[in-house]
Amino acid sequence: MNVAITLATARRITTQLRHDRRTVALMVLVPTLVMILLYYVMDDERAFGRWAPILLCVFPFLVMFLITSIATLRERTSGTLERLMAMPLGRLDLLLGYGLAFGLAACAQVALALAVSLTWLGLDLPGALWPLVLVALLNALLGTALGLLCSAFARTEFQAVQFMPIVMLPQILLGGILVPRGQMATVLEWISNVLPMSYAIEAMAHAVADADPGGEFWRDVLVVAGSAVLALLLGAATLRRRTP
Amino acid sequence: MMNLSDPAIAVRDLRVSRGGVEVLHGLTFEVPRGQVTGLLGPSGCGKTTLMRAIVGVQIVGGGEVRVLGEPAGSAGLRRRIGYSTQSPAVYRDLTVLENLRYFAAVLGAPKDDPERVLTEVGLAGAAHQLGSTLSGGQLGRAGLAVALLGRPQLLVLDEPTVGLDPVLRQELWTLFHRLAGGGTTILVSSHVMDEAARCERLIVLRQGEILADDTPGGLRAHTRTTDLEEAFLRLIEERAAA
Repeated sequence: MNVAITLATARRITTQLRHDRRTVALMVLVPTLVMILLYYVMDDERAFGRWAPILLCVFPFLVMFLITSIATLRERTSGTLERLMAMPLGRLDLLLGYGLAFGLAACAQVALALAVSLTWLGLDLPGALWPLVLVALLNALLGTALGLLCSAFARTEFQAVQFMPIVMLPQILLGGILVPRGQMATVLEWISNVLPMSYAIEAMAHAVADADPGGEFWRDVLVVAGSAVLALLLGAATLRRRTP
Repeated sequence: MMNLSDPAIAVRDLRVSRGGVEVLHGLTFEVPRGQVTGLLGPSGCGKTTLMRAIVGVQIVGGGEVRVLGEPAGSAGLRRRIGYSTQSPAVYRDLTVLENLRYFAAVLGAPKDDPERVLTEVGLAGAAHQLGSTLSGGQLGRAGLAVALLGRPQLLVLDEPTVGLDPVLRQELWTLFHRLAGGGTTILVSSHVMDEAARCERLIVLRQGEILADDTPGGLRAHTRTTDLEEAFLRLIEERAAA
């Protein structure tokens, strides 16, 4: 690993994004627009207050997962990955470069969605803002890391996009949003226990409901952060200098 | 440590399989230093696979590949080899200069290297154009420019002149010979026989085996023809008769 190369990689990826203004606009605006839509669909402050944090949880994850898996797949198919692997670039340099660049994009995404929710849409927070931001950003990082990992198993863009529902839907269904996790069948609860999104959603619930998030919040945050690191390391293992 | 008289590349009994089929059947050859060596042969003969094995990005089935005195793929070689692939590996959503600046940063090349290599491949006028707006020939030269960054000791160039007009091809071959004159070893693949005459040494490959490893002059004398295309045909006949 080399800090200069990691930063150069992050800079290169943000430059690529800068050249693609439409993607940036979609990435930053869509979560906010969905948030506004949700507000008017719910038409009820209390219900909105319950659903908004979940969206703030799911969106950064979803968007970062999609963008990262396609971006790394492009890197694999265009030959630039092979070129980089023949150069003195560490595998973690590339992954952290992506994490940094897309993490920055996630910041912009979460900042706008939060700003609109807290002002115009009147979302009420009993405590500080930072726990919510922390969880949203960790989720974005988790999405980036899982996207990197999954892109290793996709040969085409079609396959990469299909990974999104495979990775997302079970996590949402089992994450305790629709049915509380304690009320699920035992086997489903076990599965739910090993899915990182369950902890992200729980952490987000604490961040929104508690004036002063305590031990459970931090445990959840640690699990999500640990999952992101694990996915990054597994992703690094799938990058090979030599290929068949 | 290695000697200057040691070959730049030494390959012994190299075997490579791709997709369950053996594509290189035990190649043994050497590439001398400071020369332009041409790797010739029809499409599908294993040129690209061989080049990938030399650069160290190909999983090999057996044999030994030593490059600049080290086993191929060693970490120490990653700054010393410039590699350009057949389909240009540059980011289409970056400008040419942005591409070069990024790869220069990864290699730790000098700050003014991107401008230098752009001029060398005759692409200075397109520095601020996005990769996606370049023509095929321009993209190829952008890929070649990346390989030149950091003045590597060995250049492995997979079909660098495909699709270029004769003037540009001439210019690139002049560049290759100037670099070789400065001590750089160049291994360049081509399926165009008229480019063979511009090399100092030729390795002719067909169906994963070496048909000939000689100088262009030696090859002409051996096959008793002045035309290298004809020489190639005679080599195949000779092999079939044997």
